[in-house]
Amino acid sequence: MLSGNLLWVLLGTMLLGIAAGITGTFSFLQKQSLVGDAAAHAALPGIAIAFLLTGQKDLPILILGAAITSALSVYCIQWIVSFSKMKADAAIGLVLTVFFGVGVVFLTIVNHSPLGNQSGLNDFIFGKAATMTKVDLTWLFISATIIILVSLLFYKEWKLLIFDPVYAKGIGLPVEALKAVLTILIVLTIVTGIQSVGVILMSALLIIPAVSARLWTTKLSSMIVLSATIGGISGLVGTFISSLRTGLSTGPIIVLVAASIFFISYLISPAGQINKFLRKKQFRKQGEVG
Amino acid sequence: MIEFWVIFTGLLVGITCGIAGVFLILRKMSMIADAISHTVLFGIVMAFIVTQTLNGFWMLIGAAIAGILTAYLVQLLHSSGIQEDAAIGVVFTSLFAAGVLLITLFASNVHLDVEHVLMGEIAFVPWDKWTLLSITMPKAVWMLLLVLLINIGFLVLFFKEMKLATFDAVYAASIGVPIIFLHYGFMTSISFTTVAAFDSVGAILVVAMLIGPAATANLISKSIKQMFLYSMLFGGAAAIIGYYLAKFWDTSIAGMMATAVGILFVVTLLAQKIVDRKRKSLVGKLEGL
Repeated sequence: MLSGNLLWVLLGTMLLGIAAGITGTFSFLQKQSLVGDAAAHAALPGIAIAFLLTGQKDLPILILGAAITSALSVYCIQWIVSFSKMKADAAIGLVLTVFFGVGVVFLTIVNHSPLGNQSGLNDFIFGKAATMTKVDLTWLFISATIIILVSLLFYKEWKLLIFDPVYAKGIGLPVEALKAVLTILIVLTIVTGIQSVGVILMSALLIIPAVSARLWTTKLSSMIVLSATIGGISGLVGTFISSLRTGLSTGPIIVLVAASIFFISYLISPAGQINKFLRKKQFRKQGEVG
Repeated sequence: MIEFWVIFTGLLVGITCGIAGVFLILRKMSMIADAISHTVLFGIVMAFIVTQTLNGFWMLIGAAIAGILTAYLVQLLHSSGIQEDAAIGVVFTSLFAAGVLLITLFASNVHLDVEHVLMGEIAFVPWDKWTLLSITMPKAVWMLLLVLLINIGFLVLFFKEMKLATFDAVYAASIGVPIIFLHYGFMTSISFTTVAAFDSVGAILVVAMLIGPAATANLISKSIKQMFLYSMLFGGAAAIIGYYLAKFWDTSIAGMMATAVGILFVVTLLAQKIVDRKRKSLVGKLEGL
């Protein structure tokens, strides 16, 4: 049952989950989870425009287009927040939907144009990991490896940036540049993942593993390891389940596996509900004795 | 006549969302609305699985339940110590994924395809008609009129309470304003609005109409009443501009409406900055005299 290609797809989505788990942790701690959501939606116009300009379904070009519009959307959000009295959540929501709307516009233009078979572009919305080719997978492997390595490289600097930005600036770290690298890496994670899980659900892979890991630990290093593990397991198990039956999109199943892990963590982790309940009970008992 | 119904539907979407969006912006709940716009899919599918029909009424009920569930789950996670943005992210992506999966498992052979729910197809609106009280109008127009009435009714009944709960929640609670009821009531009306609009502009793009016009109005309004007025104007204008741009380029009407929302926002923001700068330099000149 485990054909050669499936094995590679499983490895690929696992690697993707690991990468998203790592970058997602940093964006979660910067309270920017939903910015990643916006950037993921904003990949759509980039893909469609890149295809319209070149007329080819050439993956590197599509991914470049996605990266440009994703990064642009993050920049737009920051610009709106600093330039107007609009709050961050409204800015994120506005940028997200307008970029997605522009994406739908260009996608419709592509579908109306006589450019041969473009049905593959629609797959970018929900993702189709099962039908990924060798070339797609090679890209996935390279880019996931880059994300993981760069994250490890900048680990110390980002740690400081997140928990004590003033001190980081004080000792002469290039704070803005470090933030930019983090944004680029998050965008890279998103565009790496959209082929397998799609633009709409990619944000889930950035958010859910990080939130689940946070319930288990308060230490950054163990949080990253846990988040990466949860992301990796979600990718692996989700893809495996979806490969059992044809016609099932991979993205939703990967997300549901991640959601189940979150739900379990929410109940039984040290910061989870059962523990909280028991602590409360014990506390009350002590009160009665005293 | 067909074109009339399409434009009229768009206009209704713009006005209905324009009204609903004002308190959304002021209460800083834009992203919860975005979450609900994704999770209504789950509600619609569940309504279909339970009733086996695509009846608009059951869809409204399903969406309302999904909307309240979303708001409730976000609140639950947030109050147990999870960052609000992360809580929103977890809840809506999970429910959305469940919705997509349920469609592919149980409803793939009916007219309920995911892309239609997400992106809408306003051009098909005029063909799906309902006759009520011997008036025949497109189904989407009936639904939008109903939701518009509900939204206006909610405002007329609770305007003062909503205002107070929005700007001074602690005081509102202390004098007995039912804050929790207002919160979930408002979230229900947002879910209704999303469902009524999904036929025409789709569940995701309805958020552009919910947030954009109200945010644009917020830039230039000096009172809440002004904000409601401008928001409806911007919403309606975005719908009409979007329709004609889409017709001109032969592309997605819903997508173009969202694009028009973005254009209106940027133009208003820049115009406001220019006026501001002129006013400042004028004041500077006068002071120099």
